[in-house]
Amino acid sequence: MSTISRRKLITAGLATTAGVAGLGVAAKLARRYGLIPPDSGVLYGAGETLTYAAHRTVTRHSMAREFSPSEISKDPFANEVAPLGPEFQRLQQGSFANWRLTVDGMAARPASFSLAELRSFPRRSQITFIACEEGWSYIAEWSGVPLAHILDRVGALPPVRYVVYRSFQPDWWESIDMVDALHPQTVLALGMNGGELPVGFGGPLRMRVPRQLGYKSVKYITRLTLTDSLKGFGKGLGSASPEAGYAWYAGI
Amino acid sequence: MGVPAEFEMTGQARARGRQMPQTAERLRHSALVRVTHWLIALSFLALLVTGVEILMSHPRFYWGETGNVNMHPLFTLHIPSSRDTVPTGYGYVLPDQNGWSRYLHFEAAWVAVLTGFVYFAFGLFNGHFRRNLFPGRADLSPRALATSLGTHMRFKRPAEEEAWSYNTLQRLTYLLVIFVFFPLIIWTGLAMSPVFEGAFPWAVIALGGRQSARTLHFFVSGLLVLFLFVHVFMVWFAGFGRRMRAMITGRPGAANNRRS
Repeated sequence: MSTISRRKLITAGLATTAGVAGLGVAAKLARRYGLIPPDSGVLYGAGETLTYAAHRTVTRHSMAREFSPSEISKDPFANEVAPLGPEFQRLQQGSFANWRLTVDGMAARPASFSLAELRSFPRRSQITFIACEEGWSYIAEWSGVPLAHILDRVGALPPVRYVVYRSFQPDWWESIDMVDALHPQTVLALGMNGGELPVGFGGPLRMRVPRQLGYKSVKYITRLTLTDSLKGFGKGLGSASPEAGYAWYAGI
Repeated sequence: MGVPAEFEMTGQARARGRQMPQTAERLRHSALVRVTHWLIALSFLALLVTGVEILMSHPRFYWGETGNVNMHPLFTLHIPSSRDTVPTGYGYVLPDQNGWSRYLHFEAAWVAVLTGFVYFAFGLFNGHFRRNLFPGRADLSPRALATSLGTHMRFKRPAEEEAWSYNTLQRLTYLLVIFVFFPLIIWTGLAMSPVFEGAFPWAVIALGGRQSARTLHFFVSGLLVLFLFVHVFMVWFAGFGRRMRAMITGRPGAANNRRS
């Protein structure tokens, strides 16, 4: 092994220090611009951080692909869900007249909306695919209230960075950042393929996040919570998905 | 000692002389080639294992934009699945390992792609592609190609000097992997990202749609696995020890080492 000169050692030392300092500054900036996902610290979180940061930098406001009506799948697939239970059935028998969407957290005017009220809000119809992480997919027309409209109605406060959304099924909860929450294609779906959203596909109310995989499009939405930090929810990893081993960010 | 003062070596120089081989050996592979080679080999193995695991959650392949269990598949793999919603004919379901598999799949993809960029830039600007990978005009004549193919088909062991340069068949295969297979696997992989499809829909339409991309991704990965088997066999057949040493340290080691 050749001897290492003092000059080389000093240069290497300075370069390493500069590199580490640079990384520290980059991490701080990344956090400020929302480029670090809440599950960045898990075993393979570095890869997910790179993906999330790249997407939020290069394709921050890109639209999900929309299709023509002739491309709507004749055979969509409704994935299995855990049994919904008697309480859900009671609500269903009442035509979901008693279904409520509670919106709380960092809102100036927290509210609780019935389906009738939601149906009176502005609607967006879009023909997009739903792709499951398993590999299968289908295209459908989704009709719903843009989440941005709800956030505006309840007066989301400036510090809000995430929207946590919960399902009638207690173990299924998710969250999205404000970029996706305010995205024009993120809707609370009430209708599918021209009719009411069937229960199998998430009816009466389903979150649709078309720029991410299907598990972010949680079915049977009952509650939205606006927050500036995901640390206080569950294990602080962002949603039930990282707690089950799946990535919080499902843009890929 | 009888040696004039000006010819006496310092202790350092004498030590260095002991460590240098008698014949100055040039490097078979540069440090950059070696490091990128192993990084990509490792990432590829991780991508392969996690890819197989991911595929097991839905061992059915479709063509076009959509596909699910309610639609006719292009073909199915008759293996058990990790989801009971897929009709496999097996009476059981494998444990779901998709969570960490997907995390690792995309992390390994980053390692492979970033390393690939470095290797690609080096290959292009340092002359590595031009000197070591692109075949010469003479080597591409029908006779030269036939000869190269012939020696391979007859399993002729290569002479020692041939270890210092890739032969024509080798060059064409490596170029195929670097410029066709890897770009295709990356393209078809990215095509399955909802964000990518939204931002670059033509990149997905050109492949025939989302499910076509998935099916193609599977086929290209099969081609890469085939390459892996042939590559490892060839390295072993031609002289495993020397070639492994060359790809790790840069120096194949002594030529008359019987063990290689």
